[in-house]
Amino acid sequence: MSEVLVIVERSESGVRKPTLELLTLARRLGEPSAVLFGPADDAVVAQLGEYGAVKVYAAADPVVGEYLVVPKVAVVSDLARRVQPAAVLLTSGPEGKDVAGRVAVRLESGVITDAVDVRPGADGVEADQSVVAGEYVATSTIVRGIPVITVMPNAVTPEPAPVTPAVETVAVEADLTGAARVVSRSPKAATGRPELADAAVIVSGGRGVGSAEAFGVLERLADTLGAAVGASRAATDEHWNPHEAQIGQTGKTVAPQLYIASGISGAIQHRAGMQGSKTVVAINKDPKAPIFAIADFGVVGDLHAVVPQLIDEIAKRTT
Amino acid sequence: MKIVVPVKYVPEPTATWNFSADLTLDREGVEGRLSELDEYAVEQAVRLTENGVDAEIVALTVGPAKATDALRRALAIGAHSGVHVLDEAIHGSDAVATSRVLAAAIGRTGFDLVVTGMASTDAEMSVVPAMVAERLGAAQVTFASALQVDAAAGTVTIRRDGDTASEQVQATLPAVVSVTDQTGEPRYPAFKAIMASKKKPVTTLSLADLGIAASDVGAAGSAVVVRSLTPRPPKQAGVVVEDEGDGAARIADFLVERKFL
Repeated sequence: MSEVLVIVERSESGVRKPTLELLTLARRLGEPSAVLFGPADDAVVAQLGEYGAVKVYAAADPVVGEYLVVPKVAVVSDLARRVQPAAVLLTSGPEGKDVAGRVAVRLESGVITDAVDVRPGADGVEADQSVVAGEYVATSTIVRGIPVITVMPNAVTPEPAPVTPAVETVAVEADLTGAARVVSRSPKAATGRPELADAAVIVSGGRGVGSAEAFGVLERLADTLGAAVGASRAATDEHWNPHEAQIGQTGKTVAPQLYIASGISGAIQHRAGMQGSKTVVAINKDPKAPIFAIADFGVVGDLHAVVPQLIDEIAKRTT
Repeated sequence: MKIVVPVKYVPEPTATWNFSADLTLDREGVEGRLSELDEYAVEQAVRLTENGVDAEIVALTVGPAKATDALRRALAIGAHSGVHVLDEAIHGSDAVATSRVLAAAIGRTGFDLVVTGMASTDAEMSVVPAMVAERLGAAQVTFASALQVDAAAGTVTIRRDGDTASEQVQATLPAVVSVTDQTGEPRYPAFKAIMASKKKPVTTLSLADLGIAASDVGAAGSAVVVRSLTPRPPKQAGVVVEDEGDGAARIADFLVERKFL
């Protein structure tokens, strides 16, 4: 059976949930082989094996962290040429797309980005994408060369399929002339809440929230639901929330089970980032706000009154 | 120094987009404009020249005849000249094939720095800048939220804001940099600039001028094939209620009903 290369994204505690989703999808196409950058810690290897990675290719050279993209592109391309996988799967995101695009050029194949489903098809691997603000589903195949596909987080629920992976150390052989170099890195404070891309529930606020302080009440709502906190561009431009919380065309694309939008009008650039949400609740003073057209439940009202009451109503129903 | 800014002509976001029989986006039957995210790239190039970098800015587009509108807008924002790659054979190209054409045109034009937007507003793939860097053998930095050039040292310094950290990155020229909307709002060209843009030179190139065979582009030259485009049923209208002091309770009931609580 063919291998499927799955590019691993690490988190502080191990492996990011989207990587486990990739392993689950990879099993539809062949035998998953994880490509792991950084030290091959036992815990990480075990977690990859828990979700089906038959092999782990481990590339620990620190050059991967110092230079942008090029070392990963070299490792993935070289591996792909050597093992001729059925596909190369990466998670959609700035780095995933950079690597995917360059690998596709090196392999002279094709790349499909932001897939919401991947499966074997009649004439090769098939991927679905949600296009034109979610109005259409595009189904595509790559007819030449090794398919390179970036997959949206939350495309599938990760399914354990425990195996003990065989670990193979891989050297990083990359031509680094001209490669961009990271000169300094300033870590950002962790929020203690789920990552937006992974979160099952997102509480999100927009211009109607009115201030950074007022976002506090949305954060309390998020904490009662174990949710992540997101924001529209209007709110992040006002610095009521950091830029990495922004959901929308120039921010994150999310597809949670539940998206609660407060004080968000629902402009097309915002909808582009959250239209994959399974259930949408909207609170807005303006009955004509476009967000109501895509909400499953909407309340026309003042979020500053409704949200604190909602926290109480949830408490009543969960004790 | 020479800065090339690739720009894309895209359908107007507020218009209805349709697909043609060959499953490509219909770019003829719809109003188009310079992709909004590319305006940030043109703006950054212009700001570099205003901040002391002695550079010629060339706006480049690959697209149908109407794509010159995108070039004219870029020229009005401040690019000095335009290049339009116009060839029917390019229609239906996937991202890999498109990057081949862009890289060839950039190479032919000559460049020290390529500045692009972070994504197109139609395909929204965000892969072309990296592919172009790969083909040109240039340094690559994508999703820059701030950009500075040291022409004497031949370096670019970029800030990238990720989820868990902010990074300062340095690259030597030649480089390809994509910029986000965090880099600063593009100027709205004054009437004088719009008039002046009509006189700025635009060169039109064909695939033959780039030494690219028709078989390397278009549907024939593309590894990705779209098999189908299926409209999603429009979302069922949900329930919308006025808050009469009971809005929160009703939301909570809805969450219970949908098993979120």
